[in-house]
Amino acid sequence: MRKRLTVDPIACKGHGLCADLLPEWIQLDDWGYPIINPERVPEHLDAHARRAVAACPALALALRDDLAVSKG
Amino acid sequence: MPKMLSWPMAPPAGRQHGLPRLLATEAGSSLGQHLEDWGPMTCPPRALIDEVARAGLRGRGGAGFPTATKMDAVASRRRPTVVANGSEGEPASAKDKVLLKSAPHLVLDGATIAAQAVGAGEAFICVERGANTVVQSVADAIADRRRGGTQGVALHLVTTPNRYLAGEESALVHWLNGGDAKPTVTPPRPYERGVHARPTLIQNVETLAHLALIARYGSDWFRAVGSPDSGTALVTVSGIVARPVVLEVALGTTVADVVAAAGGSLRNSEAVLMGGYFGTWVPSSTAAAAHLGVDALRSIGTSMGCGVIAGLPAGTCGLAESARVTRWLADQSAGQCGPCFNGLPAIAGALETLVDGDRNGRAAKQVTRWLTMVEGRGACRHPDGAVRFVRSALSVFAADITGHRRHGPCRATPPMLPTPRSGTWR
Repeated sequence: MRKRLTVDPIACKGHGLCADLLPEWIQLDDWGYPIINPERVPEHLDAHARRAVAACPALALALRDDLAVSKG
Repeated sequence: MPKMLSWPMAPPAGRQHGLPRLLATEAGSSLGQHLEDWGPMTCPPRALIDEVARAGLRGRGGAGFPTATKMDAVASRRRPTVVANGSEGEPASAKDKVLLKSAPHLVLDGATIAAQAVGAGEAFICVERGANTVVQSVADAIADRRRGGTQGVALHLVTTPNRYLAGEESALVHWLNGGDAKPTVTPPRPYERGVHARPTLIQNVETLAHLALIARYGSDWFRAVGSPDSGTALVTVSGIVARPVVLEVALGTTVADVVAAAGGSLRNSEAVLMGGYFGTWVPSSTAAAAHLGVDALRSIGTSMGCGVIAGLPAGTCGLAESARVTRWLADQSAGQCGPCFNGLPAIAGALETLVDGDRNGRAAKQVTRWLTMVEGRGACRHPDGAVRFVRSALSVFAADITGHRRHGPCRATPPMLPTPRSGTWR
């Protein structure tokens, strides 16, 4: 089962490395915080997604199996 | 001669039909007087959740979630605990404070039997720390019960900081666990892992008071008032009345009738703020005929929220009111999530420009972009509520935006929606 890339919005400090490493999947908002594609990460971006997760200085990124994140 | 205690019981004479229900009590009643007025709770705790499901009770804290579903989620887990949320950080709402002053024993009854029903041995009763008379009322009621025996459920009074978000469920849990009254990331949700890492049932104090009556008189009695949604609800009516008033109304009553019962009228009012500062403005022409209830309000793009009904008085600028509230909501951010603590002030600034007169149209474009940018990207629903509120203001007061662009801001009128000073997070 392919995973989703999620961000912990409290841990995230807006460093922006994730968007540098994975521009196909992550954009930065007007204040430097990541807007992440909510779909499951496709295979060809797997390695880049893992690199982004590892590179986050705040450890705010994760690849998760969960159902679609709803803010409910 | 001991009375025969059956389940469900018939309500005492004078409390069978109609209203009021929750607000039928004299403030300051002792436990003895309370039991004489209402009778004891006779519902076997293990039967309560099914009865609440039959009654169709929904939460009265703002989300309107079915109460039985919430109780079930916790009852199926080990060593749960219960929180009665009376913190009421919503400035335009006073119903929880009124309830806790006039009928604290109903709330404590509800907390007690909810705890018994889910298998918890304690309940935390949370009240905002600045509300001294309310805190005293609850403290006195708990002390009264200690003298009489607490039916196996320990009740703990906890005061919460004077902040809008202190009553948010994860913030309340964080506070009870010794942290700041700031929201945390979920999952895990409180019903999975909350206070002291235990499955936690969090219910608004009004919800618990309704539970306390269902635990006496049953679901048929509860459903005898209110249609299509069952029961009564507490609402706070403000704006188009001389002073804010808390009323108990049957669900299904029209907004116009509620306002009339509060001594006001929507006749000369342009719009009504429904639900709270996380709710929506609705044109009065639409709102007046709307019946209070989930489906009816959803069909006009709004909801009960926490029962706020604030009518804009004639001559008061809805756009200016909205800008002021939005700035307050921005200031209430916990400052934890970038999109929220950056986005809400930016949105507030854009609204302030719209109030002054957005001559080049840039503020209108930016605010629309920012609303979409911020929505859903915080740890809690605070930015979502602000976005909902602002979107409704931009729609309902669109003519004002155009007017201000041409003529500048309206002549100032006294503020209508309260934006109180707040305290610390600890």
